Amino acid sequence: MNRINKLFEQKNKSVLSIYFTAGYPALNDTLDIAEALEKAGADFLEIGIPYSDPLADGPVIQNSSLTSISNGMTIKVLLEQLKDLRKRVSIPVFLMGYFNPVLQYGVERFCEACSEVGVDGMIIPDLPMYEYEELYQDCFKKHNLSNVFLITPQTSDERIRHIDELTNGFIYLLSSASTTGKNLDLSLKTDEYFSRIKNMNLKNPAIVGFGISDHASFSKASEYAHGAIVGTAFVKLLATENYQEKIPAFIQSLKNPA
Amino acid sequence: MSYQVNEKGYYGVFGGAYIPEMLYPNVKELREKYLEYIQDPKFQEEYLQLLKDYVGRPSPLYLAERLSAKYGAKIYLKREDLNHTGAHKINNTVGQILLAERLGKKRIIAETGAGQHGVATATVCALKGLECIVYMGAVDIERQAPNVARMKMMGATVIPATSGSQTLKDATNEALRDWINNPTDTHYIIGSVVGPHPYPDMVARFQSIISEETKWQLLEKTGTSSPDYVLACVGGGSNAMGMFYHFLDDEHAKLIAIEAAGKGVNTGESAATTLLGKEGVLHGSRSIVMQTEDGQVVEPYSISAGLDYPGIGPQHAHLHTSKRALYVSITDDEAMQAGLELAKLEGIIPAIESSHALAYLSKMEFKGDETVVVCLSGRGDKDLSTYMTYFGL
Repeated sequence: MNRINKLFEQKNKSVLSIYFTAGYPALNDTLDIAEALEKAGADFLEIGIPYSDPLADGPVIQNSSLTSISNGMTIKVLLEQLKDLRKRVSIPVFLMGYFNPVLQYGVERFCEACSEVGVDGMIIPDLPMYEYEELYQDCFKKHNLSNVFLITPQTSDERIRHIDELTNGFIYLLSSASTTGKNLDLSLKTDEYFSRIKNMNLKNPAIVGFGISDHASFSKASEYAHGAIVGTAFVKLLATENYQEKIPAFIQSLKNPA
Repeated sequence: MSYQVNEKGYYGVFGGAYIPEMLYPNVKELREKYLEYIQDPKFQEEYLQLLKDYVGRPSPLYLAERLSAKYGAKIYLKREDLNHTGAHKINNTVGQILLAERLGKKRIIAETGAGQHGVATATVCALKGLECIVYMGAVDIERQAPNVARMKMMGATVIPATSGSQTLKDATNEALRDWINNPTDTHYIIGSVVGPHPYPDMVARFQSIISEETKWQLLEKTGTSSPDYVLACVGGGSNAMGMFYHFLDDEHAKLIAIEAAGKGVNTGESAATTLLGKEGVLHGSRSIVMQTEDGQVVEPYSISAGLDYPGIGPQHAHLHTSKRALYVSITDDEAMQAGLELAKLEGIIPAIESSHALAYLSKMEFKGDETVVVCLSGRGDKDLSTYMTYFGL
């Protein structure tokens, strides 16, 4: 059994995942940040592969991506950094990025390398289900990697069922149809959507992402789903001075009320 | 061999819909309905009526006699520059606004580079009384002030794209992000044959009026509807796709697509995508993309704002790899000279985009009786300041 399935077996409530962009703020910060997050109490990690045209991202993650690219981050460099991943980090790690850089690296070669360094799966928002099933699913399976799909309030039940069939890890439940870095809509509409998904009794755990930035939004998401992902708010922290020292307090502020 | 899209949204290996889930419902709705709406006789009637009375179609097919004498062939210009708003872009926006109405959308978004597509979108939104938001790179807003003013006069809101390199590629990203954040009431009018399926096919169909008219006009003038050569410039490729569309299965007609070489294909300042790019995914489709080894999209360059796009439509990628059309490139200098030449020989000032197509005439060898059609995709009014600076006028 892989790390992500084990995690959800041991913990099925208030699972906290943190997203950060690889190679940001400085090129070689990637593993230090990952290690600090595990120590501070994050349950799993999403490491972003920077891309020049990140469609689904708001300004904060866009800027971190551009900085990371100009720092010299590439998939090749990232995989080199991740060679020490499992010496320093034991929680599940997903790579999140857009399809074009992966396509250029070579999907097969990428899956193989990810598996070797101990990455548990991918989130590639612009890789469509059809192309995944036709061309890449076998490769992911061969290397025992999870592929995570996104669902939004507009995704039909039928499509959610299909995604649930294709996935083995977790389902990425978008809090609303939006780019990253917006605030969570705390209205009844969100409750209705979250409970609709909850009542579908999917085989995969659901983790809420986009718009989760503090204790209030984290606990709201955790009421309905198995946990939540914080991205933009953490990337903002990385832009501040002495961010290393602030990581434990940041994680605690998500888990506990102020 | 088929040069058209298959039922999965692909042209050979190119095309598809590489979009995040947030865009899926909108794109799916479009994919399921666009053919039904476009083929509806009532839609066709309204579309053709607007093209006739509002746009001013059919656009003339003009035998440029002095240009023909110079190059030793019968050269016809398809005068898209005479359309309302001054370019071919409006053929597509008229079609898409009628589609948006039928989809019940209240809010229209668009991207624009030089501003031609933005103006064409603002125009049809004014015509139909729909809200219009145009994303335009902050750098382009500075460079293209008259077009920004035109859009504003017609009631559009112009939002500067301040991300990335602040040009067309980034304006397209911002428009797609807007669509993600407004998932139900908004239609995105893409300006070229790019984007996720069905956009490349849909835009090509709306632009195909160019070659549809050309065929009967040629028949009237020459007794045959099959020319020897068809030339058009390519950025994303919408005027070229419209110009090629009804000639794709006429193997006698040699199709030539002219890309912008910028300062030269090896200078690092170029937009010659088929030469400098490789297979990749950009703005929702798999095509040929200018990019680094690591898959980061690079910023192209051309003196012509309408051609500096780092990709080409997936159908063009297919026509290129299947060798149905020949893809060549023309430098800034060659294009500028060709623009000046047309002004002097024919009294027509072309858009710098179209000048690229004209410039290729000097690279061809003719026997004297060949028929050549060049798509004059737009007029040069918008480029006057560039011509003035370049030639010191």
